[in-house]
Amino acid sequence: MAKDVKPRVKVPKQAAAGEVVTLKTLISHPMESGQRKNADGSVIPRSIINRFTCELNGVMVIDVTLEPAVSTNPYIEFDARVDAAGDFKFTWYDDDGSVYEDVKPIAVI
Amino acid sequence: MKLTRRETLALGLGGIAAAALPRQALAATADDWTAKFTGGAAIADAGVTLTAPEIAENGNTVPIAFDAPGAASVMLLADGNPEAGVATFNFGPAAGSRMASLRIRLSKTQNVIAIARMEDGTFARAAATVKVTIGGCGG
Repeated sequence: MAKDVKPRVKVPKQAAAGEVVTLKTLISHPMESGQRKNADGSVIPRSIINRFTCELNGVMVIDVTLEPAVSTNPYIEFDARVDAAGDFKFTWYDDDGSVYEDVKPIAVI
Repeated sequence: MKLTRRETLALGLGGIAAAALPRQALAATADDWTAKFTGGAAIADAGVTLTAPEIAENGNTVPIAFDAPGAASVMLLADGNPEAGVATFNFGPAAGSRMASLRIRLSKTQNVIAIARMEDGTFARAAATVKVTIGGCGG
């Protein structure tokens, strides 16, 4: 498990039915690209978040495959259409097998 | 002398093996990624908007955004990085738009390329040149 990995997402508290809302997601993660070298010249192995998904009530919003070219502390912003109230589930998958999750509710007015 | 099918097959396989060998040692280029994504299909020049800064002050974190209305998935590439692949976005039924933004690493001045696979199976492409003053790959 990478150390101190913390997800932070910004989700509106409510939306009108069918409204499109912008979601901002951030996760603190070093995203070690596998290109850097130690002081002794050996390569620091790759260790990144390789996949990010977002679902609303079990329906997929977005599924992103990330490569080492994504910056440290990956920030991903995208839109979701809120058809019904429920929960947004955000999942990040780490190269080392760890899975980080965050769930945020949204109400429909 | 007429080649038997067995001989033709052997020749063909030998040719492919010879061509494939040296490539395995190199990182995949932007063209490799594109070919894998599109299967060699034609790519239109309009249909994707890519927003990237003209000059990136810090190659470690370059803000990139794209918008590809009607796309099922969008792949981002950086043709001058050690590995050209950056990210691939697949949009699901609850997506509100075909827009996304993120921050990426660019090792030097190069083109950022967005290729969209539309829901109708066609492909579209946009590219932007980003000048990088401090490279972002740790090298």
